[in-house]
Amino acid sequence: MSTIVFIDTRGEKLPKAAQEAVTYASQLAGGSVTAVTFGDAAGLESLGAQGASKVIVARGVKAVDGQQLTKLVLDVAAKEGANTIVCVHDGTGKAVAPRLAAKLKAAHVAGALGLPDGDKFKRNVFSGKAQAWLQVTSPNKVISLMPNSIAIANNGGTATVEEYSGDLGAARITVKEVRKAGAGVPLPEAELVVSAGRGMKGPENWGMVEELAKELGAATACSRPVADMHWRPHHEHVGQTGVAIRPNLYIAIGISGAIQHLAGVNQSKVIVVINNDPEAPFFKAADYGIVGDAFQVLPKLVEAAKKLNAER
Amino acid sequence: MKILVLLSQVPDTTARIAFTNGNTQFDASGVTFIVNPYDEWYALVRALELKEAAGAGSVTTITVGGADTDATIRKGLAIGADEAVRVDAQPTEALQVAEQVAAYAKDKGFDLIIAGKETIDHNGGQVGGMVAELLDLPYVALASKLDVAAGKATIERDVPGGVEVVEAALPLVLSAAKGMAEQRIPNMRGIMAARTKPLTVVPAAATDNVAATASFELPPAKGAVKMIPADDAGKLIELLHTEAKVI
Repeated sequence: MSTIVFIDTRGEKLPKAAQEAVTYASQLAGGSVTAVTFGDAAGLESLGAQGASKVIVARGVKAVDGQQLTKLVLDVAAKEGANTIVCVHDGTGKAVAPRLAAKLKAAHVAGALGLPDGDKFKRNVFSGKAQAWLQVTSPNKVISLMPNSIAIANNGGTATVEEYSGDLGAARITVKEVRKAGAGVPLPEAELVVSAGRGMKGPENWGMVEELAKELGAATACSRPVADMHWRPHHEHVGQTGVAIRPNLYIAIGISGAIQHLAGVNQSKVIVVINNDPEAPFFKAADYGIVGDAFQVLPKLVEAAKKLNAER
Repeated sequence: MKILVLLSQVPDTTARIAFTNGNTQFDASGVTFIVNPYDEWYALVRALELKEAAGAGSVTTITVGGADTDATIRKGLAIGADEAVRVDAQPTEALQVAEQVAAYAKDKGFDLIIAGKETIDHNGGQVGGMVAELLDLPYVALASKLDVAAGKATIERDVPGGVEVVEAALPLVLSAAKGMAEQRIPNMRGIMAARTKPLTVVPAAATDNVAATASFELPPAKGAVKMIPADDAGKLIELLHTEAKVI
């Protein structure tokens, strides 16, 4: 039996999460895999470098309708004789992977953190406060890979691209409008994140935060109170009820570090905390800390980042 | 409009996370259990708002669990659900829970089935989508806004870098994220009324056994934080570059 991988590749460039999922599927299979995707994606041939020998694309499907996409993936899985389907643990994956699992009577590993140990997959539980090993016993498996969990392979190679020609039926979910949140790196994809909280005192002071993010090539984020007070848009809110992220670097400025905030960021590789309160609980979860006034610390960081950029 | 809300019992957000029996079981000693916040604050409250706005209909909650979940289920009734159903089975895994819910819901004619976007203990976000597939219904994950008019739902869902507004005819399954509603604190009248509202226990259906949690582990303790004096803040950038090697 073989492995296929379902990815969302819409947009101008191939998402990092899609490249990670193809890499993962190929490692899991111990060889090349077939990828299945949809929409107006470009550059699909290059997924060969991550281990895809073939990419099947349903150009006619532009939006996420779970039922159409489930039919697409099941159809490809049947043709390829696949019993393992790899997805990404993102919005698209969450709309499709549970459906695939229910249809195939398969175990669904939601948010695998790496390759399995036998048939045991590691995933986060208790909002990142612990991990669990899920023992899979069904012959069919659906594995959703947590973004930012593995390094992208680059072995050269080119995939052949085939258009999907089957009938997926009419969409039962229609997209009426898409409201873009503006330019910049989308938070779940970002490797570097600069985040700020109530310690910034008001939305008018975010210029410094944005400037530091720009110098570092980072995305900006915020704490829940800041989003609730409409200082910053809701899609920037990281934490238990907002977006959960796992970047390489998370810089928290003027955020005390309530347990609900930590639940959304505790998977970050390196955490920096800048706070004028030395007792802020966030320092306990930090790798680097600065006790000081954000309005004095931030300009120093911007200056140092500019200097670093000039040197390289 | 008939609405079904999926309600899970989870440890309180501030509960100490520890394991027993050779790290195979969650240590529940001294832990307070609550209604999963996404189920309570967003799914249940929005269901009640829709029913109130329509001036008709019903809101039923469904929980898969033992008798130890009854107090949690009563909380949902106190907030305003009309009736509650408990499927008498210990939840083991997402597909098992989804199959129990689907077995109950399949011939009841619900217009809307709403789950929280995930539970705060298992964080799977799977059950809503599985129920939708088992009942052959459309499913919208991560909905942050929901309105219903003339048999059609208008939903906002969070997507990377923005929001999509989508439409789908009822019946429909969705998972509720932040933004859909505001938390409601049950009042004394609600708490009194909850005591006499129906809580029906239904026997477990046959389900598939596809996976089980083998063991848990706690993340390794963080090393000590390295403090940098505020006057020398620029040093941080240097350390991130040369020591942590993340920039």
